[in-house]
Amino acid sequence: MAVDTTPATPAGQAPAQRPRTASRLRLLGSGDAVITGVLVLFLVVAALTVEGFASARNTGFLLLDVVVIVLIALPLTLVIVTGEIDLSVASTVGLSSAVMGQLWFSGLPLETVIPLCLLLGAMLGAVNGFFVTRLGLPSLAVTIGTLALYRGLAFVVLGDRAVADFPRSWTTWAISGIGGTGIPVVVVPLLFLVLLTGVVLHATPIGRSLYAMGNSEDAARFSGIDVGRTKFWLFVVTGVVSALGGIYWTLRYGSARADNAQGLELQVIAAILLGGVSIFGGRGGLLGVLAGALLLGSVRNALQLENVPADVLNIVTGGLLVVAVVAPQVAARVRSRTRARPAGPPSAPPARPAPDAHPSTDPAAQVPADQRGNR
Amino acid sequence: MSERASSPVGTAEPASGASPTATPTPTASPTERPGRGAALVHRLVVVRELGILAALLLLVVATVVANPRFLSGQNIRDLLISASILTVLAAGQTVVIITRNVDLSVGSTLGLSAYATGTLLVNGTPVPLAVLAGVAVGALCGLLNGVIVAVAKVPSLVVTLGTLYAIRGLDSLWASQSGRLQINAADLPSGFKAIAGARVLGVPVLFLVAVAVVVLVGHHLRSYRSGRELYGIGSDPDAARLSGIPVGRRVLAAFVVSGALAGLAGVMYAARFQTLDATAGTGQELFVVAAAVVGGVAIFGGSGSVYGAALGALLLTTIGAALPQLGLNPFWREAAVGALILAAIVLDRSLSLRLARRLRGRNLRGS
Amino acid sequence: MTSFLSRRRLQGGVTGLAVAALVLTTAACGGTTRGEEETTSNGGGAAASADPDAEIPADLAVGFLPKQVNNPYFSVASAGAEAATGEFQGQYTETGPSEASASSQVSYINTLSQQGTDVILTSANDPNAICSALDQARSAGSSVVTFDSDTDPECRDVFINQATTEGIAQTQVDLIAEQTGGQGQVAILSATANATNQNTWIAAMEEYAAAEYPDLEFVATVYGDDEDEKSFQETQGLLQTYPDLAGIISPTTVGIAAAARYLSGSEFKGQVALTGLGTPNQMREYVQDGTVQSFALWNPEELGYLAAYAGAALAAGQITGAEGETFEAGELGQFTVEADGVVVLGDPTVFTAENIDDFDF
Repeated sequence: MAVDTTPATPAGQAPAQRPRTASRLRLLGSGDAVITGVLVLFLVVAALTVEGFASARNTGFLLLDVVVIVLIALPLTLVIVTGEIDLSVASTVGLSSAVMGQLWFSGLPLETVIPLCLLLGAMLGAVNGFFVTRLGLPSLAVTIGTLALYRGLAFVVLGDRAVADFPRSWTTWAISGIGGTGIPVVVVPLLFLVLLTGVVLHATPIGRSLYAMGNSEDAARFSGIDVGRTKFWLFVVTGVVSALGGIYWTLRYGSARADNAQGLELQVIAAILLGGVSIFGGRGGLLGVLAGALLLGSVRNALQLENVPADVLNIVTGGLLVVAVVAPQVAARVRSRTRARPAGPPSAPPARPAPDAHPSTDPAAQVPADQRGNR
Repeated sequence: MSERASSPVGTAEPASGASPTATPTPTASPTERPGRGAALVHRLVVVRELGILAALLLLVVATVVANPRFLSGQNIRDLLISASILTVLAAGQTVVIITRNVDLSVGSTLGLSAYATGTLLVNGTPVPLAVLAGVAVGALCGLLNGVIVAVAKVPSLVVTLGTLYAIRGLDSLWASQSGRLQINAADLPSGFKAIAGARVLGVPVLFLVAVAVVVLVGHHLRSYRSGRELYGIGSDPDAARLSGIPVGRRVLAAFVVSGALAGLAGVMYAARFQTLDATAGTGQELFVVAAAVVGGVAIFGGSGSVYGAALGALLLTTIGAALPQLGLNPFWREAAVGALILAAIVLDRSLSLRLARRLRGRNLRGS
Repeated sequence: MTSFLSRRRLQGGVTGLAVAALVLTTAACGGTTRGEEETTSNGGGAAASADPDAEIPADLAVGFLPKQVNNPYFSVASAGAEAATGEFQGQYTETGPSEASASSQVSYINTLSQQGTDVILTSANDPNAICSALDQARSAGSSVVTFDSDTDPECRDVFINQATTEGIAQTQVDLIAEQTGGQGQVAILSATANATNQNTWIAAMEEYAAAEYPDLEFVATVYGDDEDEKSFQETQGLLQTYPDLAGIISPTTVGIAAAARYLSGSEFKGQVALTGLGTPNQMREYVQDGTVQSFALWNPEELGYLAAYAGAALAAGQITGAEGETFEAGELGQFTVEADGVVVLGDPTVFTAENIDDFDF
């Protein structure tokens, strides 16, 4: 889908591609609308049928549970849009939490500990970025490696100990509500970050260049985007934000431990993919991600209130994820079949590779280009 | 994903109206060009596996110096048994990864199959039947993954992430609904429990099973057309499809094999640990993928061997056993695994760059 | 040119994120270090006085939250709590996370609180991580009873201790001394390293052994994380590292079963003594085949039963968690609240080949 990059590049430098105007559509993201619609529908149904769901207090509980997921999903969405992935985010949360505990335990003031942890996060992200962009290694393999490495280092730093004597004023702030509403205070800075990320992704040349990279790295490079440098910095930002997540996690639970947030990467990625972002990059929007995270959180919350056992919650989470990726594929194929029929026999979509520069990394990429652009 | 840059077709070939059928076949694909290039690739794989073997030997020697008992009969047997479950899982994973897919659900599949086997045994099913049922349960999970991936054409990373949750949920739901939260050694028939301790010429049977699996899968991948086609699919799915390989069917089969082997691993788990609950095999997917990657299986498909993955599994297991002997805190294990993965992919990258240079020297029509 | 432009913008974005991050985290005022913590007021607990004759109200909602669902030990305890709840005609629910991590219990506590549960019975995965959630639940009107594994005493009303630390430690050390002749190397196979109960017991065992059995040498403590496979492997590792090991104490039900299974299938069977805390159903085979001579445990069903009654007594106002108050716990009789709001169930039972068949849990 290199065609979509044309708006991002100055006129003269665009590679010879057929111009198309589907980009506007993609930016608005009809996938976003679907998942947002599902979220709204679910919230309405839950509010009407689940006792105790629609109250300020419960909303507060629900939001507290998704704060860290949304926070980390912000930079990770950008990473995935460029066609990369970072599986080490939860381990970065764990390592920064362990280091925070250890530094605090050794007597440093929190005001020093926190910037140090953010710096650590930047370094951990830079390590990922270095391996991916400078050595040209696949980010999936690199970050599986650092997932194990960072978590292992967290245990090396703090062992099995838990550091818990953080000042009460900080830990209560982490869960306190705005006024008497129960809506957590942290939602305010989080919303600011959401807006910032949304603007960067959807309304700046940087955002468009990220999509361009995800659609075709080579086309993006030809159109003058410094792909390596941009991706490197995205990994750094992801590291910093994950460390921030680690700091918040530690304060929220009042306990610094090496195993904090273990497995959280799966929940974050589940939220992003549920939100309609393509795992192969180039497609998806932040609104959808936000809706995806909230949907996962609300479904869990509502089912818990209905005393549905944890086993079923896992089945529902897994099922939602699979349905979220299967449904659009099926819809696209149905659409393409009905559209292809009157046009005549020669263009049965699965038989020929899409004539764009996107190398299919998987059978999924066999969906014709125009349909991918529409989601 | 950045691997695209190095994948032959992904390189700078603007789609300037080139007729789809004229897409060049990949130069380095082993199926398409079995000439000297393939021989080079093969030599590279051998060198790569010898490298892991060397690392393994080095580790064992260092540990033996620290504690001579590390090479005692009992300890070697324990080590081989521990490695066999991971090896079987890694063999299945290799088949899937070679096709440029991944199966993250193997840990959950192992758990479900182990619990199913245990339940059948408790209810008096004959041992051979229960073992087959365990493998069948795994194959069914694999079929589910395969159908969604190959037919619905959805990325395997996402699908198997979903089934990782779902299969585990099913497992624990079954355990809690049946009222049998844990199956204990006392509940299992002695004929089944004997498998764990059984030896042939002093070698544990469980390890022999793993060796048999590796040899069978390895032989199939290397000597059969359908096996070679998996490499072709992984190197370039589009080119594979154009050259007439039934991509969907092969990928589906790869997932079924991976699932069935995870099922077999579940049976082996049940035989070895004999205490089964719904958490068996949790988190194994990380170590399985790690074993394959350390063993030289490229995460974006098209290259690697099941022998390498088996050596990777043995190396990871040995690290876990050796750390305490070397006086290192066991907490270092996970960090060591991570560092090893990074080292392995850096090594692979530099080897393949060198290979690409040499191939270019021989064959000027590169990209 | 373009690359320069987008790079500069990107860096602008990075700086923006970093600044926002700093603002977010340094919102509170400066210079907070460890140890200068202000003394805090109690989270929620009522200071009202107790009325020992108060009636247990009908339809009391009792919520049972174990460390993890589908854990056999907690399911036995849950059966006890459910039986007690039935006796005082309350509404019983069991809930809980599928993985035993520090933070996973929090959202379940929130849910219980939101459902208006009167009594929350819980065993903590981490002594502090669930504190603030419990505080919130208590200020919303729930009574909180911890059992098996305590939280910070500030965050709950009453803790049901399965047995005193001394009772548990001494029973296990006496058992291992009896089996090893009171001398040789002894190792401990524990659960997770920050499980409060495990660590207190281990410290007390070492102290007691040093005083009573000076020839017993505690050489190592390893952690099986209450996972069968890990415990099995840790046992294996122990015997490699310490070839002269005389005995293993595993004060956790998962650990002792895994260790027994390893020993019974190895050349060390009968050579290395094994004792600790285990359930009769899991250990029956190993006691019968001679791997294990004796082990101990309290009855988890009674533990859950007592916890439910303590919760009801709190909700009824019979007790407030202050030292010296007493309450009736159905067929278990009368119990007294000790210092720090602790109620002790009693001494553990020792199981041997003679009596093990009398128990089924």
